[in-house]
Amino acid sequence: MSLFALLIGVPLIAAFLVFCLRGNGARNVIVPLASAVTMGLSVAAAVKFFGHPEFFKLAAPELPMVIMALDIIAAVVILYYTLVRFKRPWIALLELVQLGAVFWFEKTVGHSIDIAANIAIDNFAMIMVLIVGIIGSLIAVFSLGYMEEFQKEHRDVEDRRPFFFFVIFLFLSAMFGLVISNNLLLMYTCWEITSLCSFLLIGYTQTEEAINNSFKALWMNLLGGMAFAIAIVWLGLEYSTVELSMLVNLGRSSEPVNLAVALLVFCGFTKAAMMPFSGWLLGAMVAPTPTSALLHSSTMVKAGVFLIIKLCPILGANHTGLMTMFVGGATFLFASCAAISQSDGKKVLAYSTISNLGLIVCCAGIGSYEAAWTAIMIIVFHAVAKSLMFLSVGTAEQQLESRNIENFDGMFCSMPRLSLCMIIGICGMFLAPFGMLISKWAAMKAFVDAGHPLLLLVLVFGSSTTLFYWTKWLGKITAFIPAKENLEEGIHGVQWIALRVLSALTIITCILFPGISQYGVIPYLEVTYQTNMDVIARSNLLIMSMMVILLVVLPLRFGKGRKQKQVVTNLAGENSGDNLSYRGAAGQTIPVTLRNWYMEKWFGEAKMKLCGFILCGSCLLIEFAIILGGAFHV
Amino acid sequence: MSEMVLNIISGIAYLILAPVIGGLLAGLDRKISARMQRRVGPPVLQPFYDFFKLWDKQPIAVNEAQRFYVFGFLLFVIISGLFFFTHGDILLVVFTLTMASVCFIVAAYSSNSPYSQVGAERELVQTMAYEPMLLLMALGFYLKCGSFSIDTILKAPSMNFIYMPGIFIGLSFILLIKFRKSPFDLSMSHEVHQELIRGVITEISGRTLAMIELAHWYENVFLLGFVYLFFAWSAPWSPALAVLMCLFTYFSDVLVDNCCSRVKWEQMLSSTWLVTLVAGFVNIMFLMYMR
Repeated sequence: MSLFALLIGVPLIAAFLVFCLRGNGARNVIVPLASAVTMGLSVAAAVKFFGHPEFFKLAAPELPMVIMALDIIAAVVILYYTLVRFKRPWIALLELVQLGAVFWFEKTVGHSIDIAANIAIDNFAMIMVLIVGIIGSLIAVFSLGYMEEFQKEHRDVEDRRPFFFFVIFLFLSAMFGLVISNNLLLMYTCWEITSLCSFLLIGYTQTEEAINNSFKALWMNLLGGMAFAIAIVWLGLEYSTVELSMLVNLGRSSEPVNLAVALLVFCGFTKAAMMPFSGWLLGAMVAPTPTSALLHSSTMVKAGVFLIIKLCPILGANHTGLMTMFVGGATFLFASCAAISQSDGKKVLAYSTISNLGLIVCCAGIGSYEAAWTAIMIIVFHAVAKSLMFLSVGTAEQQLESRNIENFDGMFCSMPRLSLCMIIGICGMFLAPFGMLISKWAAMKAFVDAGHPLLLLVLVFGSSTTLFYWTKWLGKITAFIPAKENLEEGIHGVQWIALRVLSALTIITCILFPGISQYGVIPYLEVTYQTNMDVIARSNLLIMSMMVILLVVLPLRFGKGRKQKQVVTNLAGENSGDNLSYRGAAGQTIPVTLRNWYMEKWFGEAKMKLCGFILCGSCLLIEFAIILGGAFHV
Repeated sequence: MSEMVLNIISGIAYLILAPVIGGLLAGLDRKISARMQRRVGPPVLQPFYDFFKLWDKQPIAVNEAQRFYVFGFLLFVIISGLFFFTHGDILLVVFTLTMASVCFIVAAYSSNSPYSQVGAERELVQTMAYEPMLLLMALGFYLKCGSFSIDTILKAPSMNFIYMPGIFIGLSFILLIKFRKSPFDLSMSHEVHQELIRGVITEISGRTLAMIELAHWYENVFLLGFVYLFFAWSAPWSPALAVLMCLFTYFSDVLVDNCCSRVKWEQMLSSTWLVTLVAGFVNIMFLMYMR
């Protein structure tokens, strides 16, 4: 248990240290040190608890007081921003309602409820701890270099780096708390803190756009928080428990806990940016890139799906399960279609994140053993590959002063090492034999076994549109345009460390994933579902691993072989010799520029959003109509 | 043990025989097409002559990277064929084939030439168009036979085609794209006189081009293998029927090729997805609920 206290405590102390010792020198020491310690602690925790699921009572009488105090501090900060700094009174109202509900609950009923276990440690929580610990720390280290460049490039933005790192470490601490808590009140507190961190980081630059987007993220997440609070109050009043594991047990013995489950799932939706709440995640892309990598792709949004996957065993064939899978499925399909029409690199990444989260939610909604396996595996693969993608795009943005994919032309020659990282990231996101594809494979099996033909359709079309936008991007960066100079000069050492480690991690997880499945995911599912099976035959998993190794070995052949005579490409006139311009019919010199293809008419963002919002919105409406209708009539 | 040996033998047979059969099919294709157009046409062995000539040409390239990607294309086509003929997992076959397509597309993109890029983008749209149907086909076999393993599919107690006619129609439709036949030969075509020169392979020549030809022969053979799966079951004479149906499918694709002109990409995409939805998906629903 003390290990977890350290895990939460170390980032917290680091946060305050960074905030108080404001100098660059101190920060350059504290951040790598704290990151290394956090990473070490998370690995230690994983080693100790993998395969040994345990509940901790944590019988500290002060705990409710601490929780309340944290809730109030978070609320005060939110109220300060919504009422005093910026005038957004109705967002303050959302916060006041949930604070009031939780406060009232704690005063009247809460203290009399006996809590069997405040903390639940299982393999799934440990996987999340590893993701947060390793990837989070790497991103924190990366930020050191990135933010230094960022402040140099954006002279007009006030240098608030102490604040930035304070929030980052505070977030890590809250995230650790979130994934290990079994007491919903504790989880709610951590949940609110992560929402707050996200809000603060999105608004970092204080431009008008950033402020608006940060409030958008805030109100959507607060709406989810409100659902969370109501779920806690209802559960406490009806069943006098506030434990997640108890909720799952109640659901298993077919108690009518639908309302609480649906509210928690709804809350997960807002955090995981399911449609119609996808807007905040897109808006969040105004934040500095490490923020997007940490909060908006690899960890915080995963909290949303984490909660839904925890509820997995009681979803499935009931209407809450159906709602979950259809919202997830629709989000997966429409977000991956919308990604086709985007040229802004970060926006493509955002849509791809939303679409992957949709797939995870969809699997969780199905609720079967296979589906849960798939969902957890996607979380792992996505966290690694996507954070790598974000960091590469962020680095490229600083070097090229643009994050438009069109400007990544010829990166292969001008920034060979960075483009290699990006290629690994892209392949990790969709290509056989890399991880995401295994997940798609398992998802297909889970969907077909669960007997949902519509979801199958969503999956096959969604995966082919995914293929389209990633390959398009891959084509852009592999285009061979001999570079005049190497543009990799200004990239900081710490940035390289993070990029290299993440690239290596992407490949290693792909090679070792049979092990991750065997020792990480399957034991968790064994406990949860009381059965044991191989979702994909082990021989096939091994074949996949071998193919990854082949892909790693193959590039060693690159550039070897017979000497080739170099010639110029075929252009619409006489090539001037460098493939970059040609002489047109009238004798003038015409430069060659190639643009990618966005199919605006087919996959326009507005159109896809409209379809997705209507579908998912109506699913949500129907679900709550059924539940509330049922509640009134029974 | 004998099963494993048989699988290995069939894998080796594929490695050696597939290019021969693929080349012969290509030769027959040209001969039949010529006869349909009232020409004499080249000898049946012409594709092999072409191949060896390409192989011996002076190596010319627009950059160092392209050959590498093309090699990847060939390699992954061969690997996915190997999975097929060693009776592996049908989904794995489809996924590896996708990997091969991506290598091919990236090879075209890497040249940074406008004609290649147009070809690459069209090839990509084609991949997006046919991919759902290929996956639905694999799912159809899973629903019918209870397994993704080709071994089990071949030992089915009854003809798969009877339960999956819609999926077969869908597959025949996308085979037109995969065989690069009109009306869907958008990304590259056998006729050189067209607006995008030779699309994907504009900037590829000599031995690299020969590798692409070879890869297509391999690919065509095991794509016909998919057709084979529809008509082979546990009956001892069914392989003969299945081979006949493969030949028939190939012939009808040649016929369609000679009857149609190329369509726009919008029509290609919408018609393929429509067929996937109507024929493929309805069939999947049938398999899921009726059986």
